[in-house]
Formats: sequence, C-alpha cells, structure tokens
Amino acid sequence: MIMDNQFVKDFPILADAEFSYLDNAATTQKPSVVLEAGRDYYETSNANPLRGLYDLSVKATDVYENARQKMADFIGAKSAEEIVFTRNATESLNLIAYSYGMNFLKPGDEIVISIMEHHSNMLPWQNVAKKTGAVLKYVMCDKTGKLTADMLKSELSEKTAIVSIAHISNVFGCKNDVKEFASLAHEVGAIFIADGAQSVPHISVNVEDLDVDFLSFSGHKMYAPMGIGGLYGKKEILEKMPPFLYGGEMIEYVTIEGATYAPVPHKFEAGTVNAGGAGGLSAAIDYINGIGFEKIEEIENELTKELLCGLKEIPYVNVVGSDDYLEHHGIVTFTVDGVHPHDIAAILDSDGVYVRAGHHCAQPLMKYLGTPSTARASLSFYNSSKDVNRFLESVSKLREKMGYKD
Amino acid sequence: MASTFYNEVLTDHNINPTHKHTLPDANFKLQGVNPSCGDDITLNLKVEDGIIVDGSYEGVGCAISQASADMMLDLVIGKTKEEALKLSDTFMRMIKSSVTEDELDSLEEASILQDISHMPARVKCAVLGWRTLDEILNK
Ligand SMILES: Cc1ncc(COP(=O)(O)O)c(C=O)c1O
Repeated sequence: MIMDNQFVKDFPILADAEFSYLDNAATTQKPSVVLEAGRDYYETSNANPLRGLYDLSVKATDVYENARQKMADFIGAKSAEEIVFTRNATESLNLIAYSYGMNFLKPGDEIVISIMEHHSNMLPWQNVAKKTGAVLKYVMCDKTGKLTADMLKSELSEKTAIVSIAHISNVFGCKNDVKEFASLAHEVGAIFIADGAQSVPHISVNVEDLDVDFLSFSGHKMYAPMGIGGLYGKKEILEKMPPFLYGGEMIEYVTIEGATYAPVPHKFEAGTVNAGGAGGLSAAIDYINGIGFEKIEEIENELTKELLCGLKEIPYVNVVGSDDYLEHHGIVTFTVDGVHPHDIAAILDSDGVYVRAGHHCAQPLMKYLGTPSTARASLSFYNSSKDVNRFLESVSKLREKMGYKD
Repeated sequence: MASTFYNEVLTDHNINPTHKHTLPDANFKLQGVNPSCGDDITLNLKVEDGIIVDGSYEGVGCAISQASADMMLDLVIGKTKEEALKLSDTFMRMIKSSVTEDELDSLEEASILQDISHMPARVKCAVLGWRTLDEILNK
C-alpha cells in the first residue's frame, strides 16, 4: 500500500486535488520544476533559436540543443543528432511515413504493423500503402494482447520494408519484445520502428540495446509540456531521408532553383522550433532521473497490482489483457456488464475519479476484441493507494447506481 | 461534478425500456449513430394520417442515448408530426439551455437531461434519438 505519495506535492494541480487522476496514458500532469523551466526560458532566454547572432538567441539555442542532448542520453542514443524534435509521437510517426515511407517504398513492398497499434501508428501507414502501392499487413495478437516473435515472423518476408509496433500498448499495457522484433525485421532487410509513446515515460528505454531504427515519443506523456515530442532515428538512416517539411531553419543554401539542406537533425525541423517546450522536456527528464526508473516502476507496479486485483474481485467486471499485473505497466482497460463505458466514466467522474472511456484511438483493435469501447484507468508514480481505492469503490457501486438490483 | 442525471428515471428507462423492441408494421425506419462512442440506434415509426400511432427503437449505446430515445417515444407516440417536431425543437433548445418553464414541463421526464449541457461530450448521446426522429419527420 502506498497511502501517502511523497511525489504528489511536486505537482501543483494534484497537491490539494479532490480528484483522482487516473488518465495518465492520455497525458500526465506536470511538476513545478517543468512549469518553472518553461517560464524561466521565456523570462531569461527567449529569442528565435538557431537564427540570431546575438547573446539571447545563443541562450535560446543552448536551451533547445541541451534538451536534445539530454533526450539522447535519456534513451541511450549515440548522439544528439539522432534526436529530431517534433510536436508529439503522432508527428514523429508521420515524419517517418512521409519522408521514409513515401520516398523509399515501391509497389509490392510490405509494411507490417500490429492490430494493437494506436491510430497514429496505423493511419500514416495506410496512407503510405495507398500512395506507394505497398501492402499493409496486420499481425494479430491474441485476445490478451500477447504478441510473440513467432506471430510476427509469420508475417515477415523479403518483401517486408517496414515493421512498426508499439513498445507498450495503450490498451493492454503489455510490453512488446521490440528488441527481438527489431532483429527479426533486420533479418529480412526491413527497418523497425518502435512507438515509444507509452514506454519512454514508464520504463527505462535504451535504443542502442533494443537496436530499433526509430523510436517515437510524446513529451506530454512524460511530465513535459504539450507541444514537444520527438523521434529517435539512427543517424545513417536519417541522413539518407529527404526533409519532411520545407521552409526556414532546415536549409544550408538556397537559390531560386533549389536548396541544399541542413544536416540532421535540423533538416527535419523546419520553421521556428518549440524551445520553451524543449526546456520543459529537459526539466522533466531531470525530474524523472532524480526519482529513477527503479522507484517509478516499483510504485507503478505496486499500484497496478492493487488496482488489477481489486477489479477482479468486483462482479461483472471484465479486464482486458493479461492476468499478470506486471504485464500492464499501469494501464488497465476494462468493461462492466450492462454499463456502457461512457456511463462508467461519467459515474466515476461524479465520484472524483478521472478515467478514459471510448475506443482509445484503436478502433480496429476494439473490433477485434468484440467491444465497441472500453474504459481505462492508467497510473503514474504520483498516484497512491487512495486513488486506487477510490476508483475501486466507485467501480463496485456502478451497477447499483445504474439501477441493477444485484 | 457531473452525472446528477443518472437518477432512477434515467436508469429505469435504460434497464427496463418500454419501447425497445422491433416494430414489424413500421412505415419509417432510420438508423442513427454516434461513431465516436458506438451509440447505434434504429428508430421505427408507424405514421398514419400525420399522426405517430406507434414507435420503437432498437440498438446499443450508453444509458443516456438509450433512455433518451425511450423517453422521447413516451412523449411522441400519439402526437401529430408537427407536435413531435415542436417537442424535438424544445428538447434541442433545452440542451442548449434556453427554454421557458412551460416548455420544460412539456418535455415531461425527458427534462431530466437538461443538465447534460454541462457535459459537451454527452450531448450527442442525449440528442441521438431526437436527431433521428427529426430526420424521419422532415423527409
Ligand atoms: C501507443 C501510443 N502511440 C501514439 C500515441 C499518440 O500520442 P500523441 O497524441 O501525443 O501524438 C499515443 C497516445 O495516446 C499512444 O498511446
């Protein structure tokens, strides 16, 4: 039991909150240090980064580029040049799809993704397939979210050009063995993309060890402000890719006929960048490192265990995914017989418990699971057993409140 | 905080609906869906000489969409098309919070959904049945 969480006081929105925030897979709250870093940037360092030749612009550039280095170190990239800043994981995945997919794929090539992908790791590939004549293949997991190397292997062939799979699923909470998957993809000559939107905030990720070619992530899901996110890409691959967006800041030399482009990663960062957001991301990484993933995982696993075990004892509740709490990484998706997920969320809301309900941007997965929508509670290390208990209490009264007599 | 409208009237219409069944002799049938949340109803009406003599709905969805459709049918069965359209207009305006006390009374039980305007995400659930009714009657 974690009755008093020592970290909650670091988060102004939660410090005296009357509610239990259990929608952390959608976005996380921000600690004071992150809010202050954003403010500090605008109070002391704001100018247009990468452009100006004066002191303030150099300061702005430093904030931005230091954040890049910090992100590189955080996920074990070889160098800062392998980190491209974007707005979020969705933009990162679109960057790969537009720059790599649209330019390097030809008719008959195959793209392999899993049925559990978030729409942002699905729609870009549907679009690439449509435009290039490549074939999009889906590898099915089982109904508990299990996706084995053998299942993936049976979809791969020498035609496979791209394999893109979530590191942690936003519905099942399970962790995919992306290290093994990447090596299988490489064996058939394909590149491997891991969608790290749900993993980077909650477990220690090392891209060199995983040997993935790309990894996408969103700052706002890792305690940083909204509007900053990024993409890790192996340098040799980023270098051969054409720009994604064209405009200022991403060029070397421009004539009326054309241009040569800046080296990576700036080639992919057209226009004025989000330096304030990068400053916030940098502070978020410091904050996470200050706690450490060992502690973060310990708390999140403990709370997941309490939440999952508690849910299983409530009649008429069905949990989506594994029975093992260690396979959930803070994410527990569920349904209640006779109660629509939107009603679940509304009633929990009236008890001050905030959860997500709907299709979780994974409609094909919902269809596969045979349910149009589900409810989802997702934890962070700043939650406590009080949040979990309040949630369980509210769920246990759901059917009664909906007028059922048993 | 929300969900004051999850009262007995609403839950009863949801769990023990009066009008949720097929209607073999319906002469109007129309499906209404909210794709984003999976509410999916089919409204069946039997209209004779401009009067809604019978009606029913089928489908799946949240308690609000289901109960709202059931309460709507309680109100409009036996009414003329014009009366039903007027009620529909009143209901829509109630959700956007601009009706008189008399108008609110005319909606009978359906008036419990007035507060849904505080929950924009659920408005489309509450109006699904009415929207579908409107579409049939305006054809
Ligand atoms: C697995 C996964 N991928 C991608 C995304 C998209 O993230 P964003 O909306 O920040 O781009 C999400 C967000 O919910 C996610 O859970």
